[in-house]
Amino acid sequence: MRVAKDLVAASATPMVLGILAEGDSYGYAILRRINELSGGELDWTEGLLYPLLHRLERLGYVESSWQSVTGERRRKYYRITNKGLAELAEHRRQWDTVVDALKEIWLGPGDFGEAREPNIKHFRPLTAIPLGGQA
Amino acid sequence: MTTPDGQDELEAQYAQWRHYVQRRRELQRSDAEELEDHLRGSVDELVAVGLRADEAFLVAVKRMGSLDDLSREFAREHSERLWKQLVLTGETDSAVADTRSRRDLLAMVICAAGAAASIKVPELFGMGFGEDAGGFYATNFSLFSLPWLAAFLTWRRRARPALIGVLVALFALGVVAANVYQLAADSQSVVLTALHLPIALWFVVGLAYVADDLRSSRRRMDFIRFTGEWFVYFVLIALGGGVLIAFMFGTFEAIGISPDVFISHWLLPCGFVASVVVAGWLVEAKQGVVENIAPVLTRLFTPLFTAVLLAFLVAFGWTGAGIDVEREALILFNLLLVVVLGLLLYSISARDPLARPGLFDKLQFALVVSALAIDVLVLLEITGRITEYGTTPNKAAALGENIILLANLAGSAWLLLGFIRKHMPFAALERWQTGYLPVYAAWAWVVVLVFPPLFSYL
Repeated sequence: MRVAKDLVAASATPMVLGILAEGDSYGYAILRRINELSGGELDWTEGLLYPLLHRLERLGYVESSWQSVTGERRRKYYRITNKGLAELAEHRRQWDTVVDALKEIWLGPGDFGEAREPNIKHFRPLTAIPLGGQA
Repeated sequence: MTTPDGQDELEAQYAQWRHYVQRRRELQRSDAEELEDHLRGSVDELVAVGLRADEAFLVAVKRMGSLDDLSREFAREHSERLWKQLVLTGETDSAVADTRSRRDLLAMVICAAGAAASIKVPELFGMGFGEDAGGFYATNFSLFSLPWLAAFLTWRRRARPALIGVLVALFALGVVAANVYQLAADSQSVVLTALHLPIALWFVVGLAYVADDLRSSRRRMDFIRFTGEWFVYFVLIALGGGVLIAFMFGTFEAIGISPDVFISHWLLPCGFVASVVVAGWLVEAKQGVVENIAPVLTRLFTPLFTAVLLAFLVAFGWTGAGIDVEREALILFNLLLVVVLGLLLYSISARDPLARPGLFDKLQFALVVSALAIDVLVLLEITGRITEYGTTPNKAAALGENIILLANLAGSAWLLLGFIRKHMPFAALERWQTGYLPVYAAWAWVVVLVFPPLFSYL
């Protein structure tokens, strides 16, 4: 099962802000974290992530800094700002509303019997990014 | 798998990939670096699970998706990058280009300031504006601006000392032409020198522009492009300056201070000569950054001018009335030829020499031929007048220019026809135009140097 594109796009901002709220990070690590969290079912591309990060930076939700890693390689780290945290809280409030409403419908009267396990932990190794059948 | 060999190969692949990414206008250097870091992270991880370096690279690149998609996504966030911005200083992408543009800026400021200062120097010797020095400034104006522009270009091209010597000699000749002959301020010769010396000196600037390769047709064409763009920028700067002056005048008047003298004695002359240099610098700085505007204007106006000229010919044939050839009429028709020539030149300058003849070329042919037809009518009329009443410097100059332009356009029409009928390559027309440039320069020098004594300083 793959999550629909629209839904991925809609959840992109809170997802990235949420990950950055856990700690500073950089593009590749963020993408891997998303994969890890969703069990590889959220179809994120670089074309989605980097422009989004740049937009969040322009809006002042995150700030970036270049830090050097091994040798001449430099890496762009992102850090969430206070404004970003406020934005994240707002997103969270909205998502909670949506999720609660959906739960209300799906687990409505009569369905209480078969309470599903809400958090099935998909345990995947770190290399969970699918290789698209080329491995 | 991390043998130095494999590592070198991998680095080469990264370099190639970086090269591809940097060619995208939507992706800047920092983006490329960020994406490369991503790619490296991806490759490292694949290597760690057992892939060979080159396999890992292929997989990682494939996973990143096509660059087209990537740049489209970037363009959505950074739409401003699709508008080519003229970055004046700093913030360009590479450090080398950065220091270069900063040094250019510095050289330009020095030259512009030098020009502005130099025009005030004669005042130290009692040649103030507004006094009876009108003739002096009319003939010498270009000598306070164009040498500075040439100096900027020479500095930028790192011209050979021999060429610098030639440039200095030619500007010195300009000084001689402007000041040696004792011309009355209201004589025709003063006006002729004031008009022709800038043209002669502009070609000296051209010499500085093509510095490295004087005979190359391509470089001369570049100078033609430079001239067109310079003119457009200069007009834009002049318009901005006009607005500035209007506001300055209005605001200072409002508090009872009259800025008349400051504007006419300082702001106007200094601003004028300085903006000559600034416009030149702008064209040099933006080369390839912004679309050239002169060819666009050409495209717009070629059909319109063709229509007007054809209408004129038809009306002329219909009414059968003669052309009233006063001096003004001759100058008007000269200007018309200049405009037609300009339209021709700037469409040549923007044309792909290898493209096949199209409708626009035919339109241009019609434009040139109708201009020629009109001019022949005018010439017949004017030579009759001259043989009847004798000649003056003005008439001789106007007639000479008319003949030069006529010869050029006749040649162009011939070559254009050959091109449309696929006898001749387009490059022939281009070479004809660039080869003709020295003729204009020579004529301008003749008018400036030979005409005054020839017509006994009339």
